[in-house]
Amino acid sequence: MSQHVLSLLVEDKPGILTRVAALFARRGFNIESLAVGTTEVDGVSRITAVVTLDGQPLEQVTKQLNKLVNVLKIVELEPDASVARDHMLVKVKTDAATRSQVLEAVTLFRARVVDVVSDAVVIEVTGDSAKCQAFIKVLEPFGIKELVQSGAIAISRGSKSMSEKILK
Amino acid sequence: MTETLTGAQAIIRSLELLGIDTVFGLPGGAILPTYDPLMDSKKIRHILVRHEQGAGHAAEGYAAASGKLGVCIATSGPGATNLVTAIADAQMDSVPLLAITGQVNSYAIGTDAFQEADIVGITMPITKHSFLVTKASDIPAVMYSAYQIATTGRPGPVLVDVAKDAQNAKFEFSWPPEQDLTPGYKPVNDPHGKQIQAAAEMILQSKKPILYVGGGVIRAGANKELLELANLIKAPVTTTLMARGAFPDSHPQHLGMPGMHGTVPAVTGLQKADLLITLGARFDDRVTGDVKTFAKGAKVIHADIDPAEIGKIRHADVPIVGDAKIVISLLTEELRKQIKGSSYDISEWWKYLDGLKERYPLGYTDLDDGKIAPQYVIERIGQISGPDAIYAAGVGQHQMWSAQFIKYENPNTWLNSGGAGTMGYSVPAAMGAKVAMPEKLVWAIDGDGCFQMTNQELATCTINQIPIKVAIINNSSLGMVRQWQTLFYNSRYSNTDLHTGTDSVMVPDFVKLAEAYGCLAIRVEKEEDVDKAIKLAIETNDRPVVIDFIVGKDAMVWPMVPAGVSNDAVQYARDAAPIWDGEE
Ligand SMILES: Cc1ncc(C[n+]2csc(CCOP(=O)(O)OP(=O)(O)O)c2C)c(N)n1
Ligand SMILES: [Mg+2]
Repeated sequence: MSQHVLSLLVEDKPGILTRVAALFARRGFNIESLAVGTTEVDGVSRITAVVTLDGQPLEQVTKQLNKLVNVLKIVELEPDASVARDHMLVKVKTDAATRSQVLEAVTLFRARVVDVVSDAVVIEVTGDSAKCQAFIKVLEPFGIKELVQSGAIAISRGSKSMSEKILK
Repeated sequence: MTETLTGAQAIIRSLELLGIDTVFGLPGGAILPTYDPLMDSKKIRHILVRHEQGAGHAAEGYAAASGKLGVCIATSGPGATNLVTAIADAQMDSVPLLAITGQVNSYAIGTDAFQEADIVGITMPITKHSFLVTKASDIPAVMYSAYQIATTGRPGPVLVDVAKDAQNAKFEFSWPPEQDLTPGYKPVNDPHGKQIQAAAEMILQSKKPILYVGGGVIRAGANKELLELANLIKAPVTTTLMARGAFPDSHPQHLGMPGMHGTVPAVTGLQKADLLITLGARFDDRVTGDVKTFAKGAKVIHADIDPAEIGKIRHADVPIVGDAKIVISLLTEELRKQIKGSSYDISEWWKYLDGLKERYPLGYTDLDDGKIAPQYVIERIGQISGPDAIYAAGVGQHQMWSAQFIKYENPNTWLNSGGAGTMGYSVPAAMGAKVAMPEKLVWAIDGDGCFQMTNQELATCTINQIPIKVAIINNSSLGMVRQWQTLFYNSRYSNTDLHTGTDSVMVPDFVKLAEAYGCLAIRVEKEEDVDKAIKLAIETNDRPVVIDFIVGKDAMVWPMVPAGVSNDAVQYARDAAPIWDGEE
């Protein structure tokens, strides 16, 4: 099993996310997460896909994706040469006794409290997936009432831009 | 220069400007606006089918016979879903197909409106690309792009779904469209020089090379180039089910078709080779059998226009992405340079292969069941009609016998549903082929099962004067399924009896049915009447002809490699494995 972060530049056309997601499904490629949003270029969206492969070469995945007419470019972002981040919102049970411990964890993980009521707090945290997982572990004993996570988004380090070559 | 047109007029005008001369279709509410200007077109012949699946396969047959784009039109909802099988078929066999469907008004999309179906969504996995058009002004660019995508690179089906209000709205039409709708579409036609060089070196070092030729060579129109290459390197050639006709069957280097029902020399040639020169083929499981044991000792050169095919099933030692016509001619050129000082010699290999050819020719035995052997009928059709005729088969035993016992000399003369195995392909595909090539003799070689799926297009043929010849190889059963039941299910014939033979209730009576459709209908029950019927069919051109050949139901397709088993286990006939004289 190997995990890879793929970044796709795609035309911002209706159905593009379906085309990409359906291709993963029908070719039997496992996706861990899929995040999509606009980019610095008008009409171009960027999809970050984290895929887990069991035997198949990554090349098959990228070649099949490249056959989608609306896909403009695909790169694999290697962990050493890129930055990947997840975004997470967690609603944790608190009371007078546990609140300070929860807040301590928040400080430790450089997270933020974004909402407080008498019996719960909502915490926002950003980080790579290992950090997010570790944070969840720490919060679990207090009682996680609700958890929502974005898929990973990722970008290469250095000054080069992924859209440079394809869009003059 | 611009001109004010409705979206519907723009669809027709775009088709005309793209050089389309024929479309197959059937109207309905959501496509009605487009059928109105279609009636006035002087350049486009519309052929009204009896079922949209027939329109799809007819467009496929048109495309496969002519090498041009096939076009079909249907209305929304059920009209569009009736095209699905043909679209899937075109995707599997890389047929350039344009399917135009009407869609409900754009403001009604998503409301479960009358005859609404998300046909773009339904066909997403089985099209090369698709467009949903909700604005009239997008039509020229969409039509232009659809044509480009369907016909270039690896050809395939493109769906254009047009909302009814987009067909009705007016806009300023101009041609060619300026909008580039496909910035991400860049098929690679020219191979890397380095790869060509490496391939040539590998070929000249091989002792047991074999040309493994697939349908890509036909689609690329690369048959002449292939012949030159084969003549230069003298290597044996196998042509897959999709490639029959890419290389002359009469050529002494041709070992025949490989795969599940391939010839012993072709199957064994691939198994024992030290180099597969793979051209426009895709290591389909019907060719490879068990992949792990397929051509175990061979290195692989794999040339294909679709990069995703390379390395999908089998690792390629020399991958080449490019158009087969260009790849093969560059490779031949490079080989000419390199072959001089080389020690290339494959005479030992030929000794072995010639032995196989001699011992295991294709053949069949009469079953003494008082019925005509189906292989005999098919062989005679091929011999009497010759290699200039076009043959479109259904799916099943009759298809395999047609691939085996008709001798093909030219590309685009063998049409069949290879990847999808679509029963019902034959009659409409033959109809489409005859429309594309009216001067050619066109046979539909069909099964009694397949024929019952799409024979209503005989009405289309009669009304539109499309005189195809249909040979029903009537074994009164779903023969290919029955063969598997004989071999793998202890002859328990679960639901494979069709009751169409002369010793059954004969429902339907194919002769009466064909006559009802206005065809000349002939029943043949005796071997001595076979030739006469074939000749009468060939001479009759004022209407379609249907011959009901009553054949035995126990004939089987041989050789055979059972599904999923190693090709080493090829059986020449039932329980008869070829004898290898320890020649490895
Ligand atoms: C649409 C469809 N349904 C089912 C099958 C499975 N199938 C493959 S061959 C075959 C039998 C075809 O019978 P017939 O047309 O009489 O041909 P024969 O094998 O008897 O020559 C069937 C049912 C198929 N290929 N396509
Ligand atoms: Mg049959």
